[in-house]
Amino acid sequence: MIWFLVRRTIQAIVVLWVSSIVIFLLFYLGPGPNQVARTFAGRLATPARIAQIKHDLHLDQPLYLQYGHWAGNLLQGNLGYDYYKGQSVNSVIGSAAPETISLVLGAAIIWIAYGVFSGVVSAVKPRSFVDRAFTASALFFYSMASFVLGLSLIWIFAYKLSPVTTFFPFHGYVSITANPGQWFEYLILPWLTLALVSAATYTRLTRSSMLEVLGEDYIKTARSKGMSEKRLITRHALRAALTPVVTLAGLDIGTSLGGVIVIEVLFGIPGLGWTLVQAIDVQDDPIILGITVLAAVFVVVANLIVDILYAALDPRVRLY
Amino acid sequence: MSMVPDITGTDPGLENPLTGAGLVAKKIQGRSPWRLAYERLRQDRAAKIAFATIVVIVLLAIFAPVFATITGHGPNQQFITIGENANGGPVPPSGTFWFGTDSNGRDLFVRILYGARISLTVGVLATAISIALGVLFGLVAGYIGGWVDSLIARLVDVMLSIPFLVLAIALAYRVGPSLWVVIFIVGVLSFTYPARIVRGQVISIKGKEYIEAARALGSGPWRIMFIDLLPNVMAQVIVYGTLLIPLAIVAEATLSYLGVGIPPPTSDWGAMISDASGYFQYGYWWYLLFPSVALLITTLAFNILGDSVRDAFDPRGGGLFV
Repeated sequence: MIWFLVRRTIQAIVVLWVSSIVIFLLFYLGPGPNQVARTFAGRLATPARIAQIKHDLHLDQPLYLQYGHWAGNLLQGNLGYDYYKGQSVNSVIGSAAPETISLVLGAAIIWIAYGVFSGVVSAVKPRSFVDRAFTASALFFYSMASFVLGLSLIWIFAYKLSPVTTFFPFHGYVSITANPGQWFEYLILPWLTLALVSAATYTRLTRSSMLEVLGEDYIKTARSKGMSEKRLITRHALRAALTPVVTLAGLDIGTSLGGVIVIEVLFGIPGLGWTLVQAIDVQDDPIILGITVLAAVFVVVANLIVDILYAALDPRVRLY
Repeated sequence: MSMVPDITGTDPGLENPLTGAGLVAKKIQGRSPWRLAYERLRQDRAAKIAFATIVVIVLLAIFAPVFATITGHGPNQQFITIGENANGGPVPPSGTFWFGTDSNGRDLFVRILYGARISLTVGVLATAISIALGVLFGLVAGYIGGWVDSLIARLVDVMLSIPFLVLAIALAYRVGPSLWVVIFIVGVLSFTYPARIVRGQVISIKGKEYIEAARALGSGPWRIMFIDLLPNVMAQVIVYGTLLIPLAIVAEATLSYLGVGIPPPTSDWGAMISDASGYFQYGYWWYLLFPSVALLITTLAFNILGDSVRDAFDPRGGGLFV
């Protein structure tokens, strides 16, 4: 186990290192230091600021030294300075992170609960009406672009049903520390949108995994011993069937920074995705660079955790 | 009559269970997996409806200029007098504007048809890039194995380490958005899915005797990969291709919705929905509804067809992308 841990961690570090080079080149490779400094300065570039950026980022040095400087800062947790807003990238990201975390965790609870529930119901009664209905709705929501679903929910709940549903605000965000009730109200529609789009895969994965487990011999044994169907499913089958679901959930939460972009923009939640799109509008490169790096760190760490958990649960994995 | 069924079919006593006609001198045919899959698909009503829908969408896209001529409205032509109401907002569907107009007084119906061209082009070309790269990398990684496999696996890890949309946005922003940039980004960034599938398939069949025989006959690695292995992974590639098209269409629409996709004034569904999201609250429902429905029907049709194609090749069933 310890060797697996070491090997897997080294592998994650290598992946992060190569990713950082790719991201670095994407932003630092340009026609000359002045031009690169110019793009980092964004819209409000003055000659003085460009000169300062050139100095700050060591742009007049060779590329590998620039990378060394940048990566050195990264290792100390410093994502750079946002010249447009006049504050550090860390503080911009820090103030946007709680919104994104609220959105992702709330939605993840809904999509995993709904996905597992519908998958189990489908697998217990395969080819029944309920199974077909869940399968069809999974395909429907899976095909829907998240912004189409979000706009539809806004249209239905906030406009068409507005006399009944005035309690559905759909634009903005209230911090949970400021007002937990409003925090919940403002997040209902974003949570639903993200959850419905994501749940489809979980429905199908749980269903196929559950069907496989229900065909195993130990399930037949348990049934022939007279175990109740309910206990059989919840205690014996579900536990074994959930391993791939847990893996997928870990990976999905890792990449969720990509999935929340559209939803944050649509519902006006000033989280990381919204900040990224705003930064693109005003050509604020340090923020775009910082969020891209953060997203990569998130994914690699999530993958690492999932692999370690998996190895702890299933010893066969450690072999390779 | 003997107890053993006469497989040559010359026994006039045997009847075809489907037509009821006597099987006179009809031999049992060998049916390839392709033939079997095709026959299963033909039985699948959902697949037939989805396929017909796709054909209609493709035809509408191809003949978009014809509809522009019939209505007399170009895709980017503004009708400031008849296409906008007194406040300068869109006008509702009518005999002149079948789907109404957008906020610039342009014919929504004609623009949606032209938008279908963009969506289908991106969907098909991006998938083609993704499949071509995926097949190449998957074959090489699976057949050659060893350090080449590890290298490709790490390359895939690096690509997957940045969430698709974040990387696509950063790339589109840095390179400058255009139709070809979007096709290239979506295609290249999604090659990891087909690569993984092809690699897995190749590993499972490369130990078979016929591959050994090919090697014994002196076939080189490239010949074995593309002549002997590729046809046997083609079914999986087709299944994934059909399922990748709707993903590419949604990815393109999402990039355009966020303003880093196809630049205006080109009519694009994602950009149209984005424009409409500032108007539908004021009663301009058609502006949002028609492009959204167009996008939904297209992706739904491809997903249903892809699902059926997969079921046809592998009737044991599986899940959506699982």
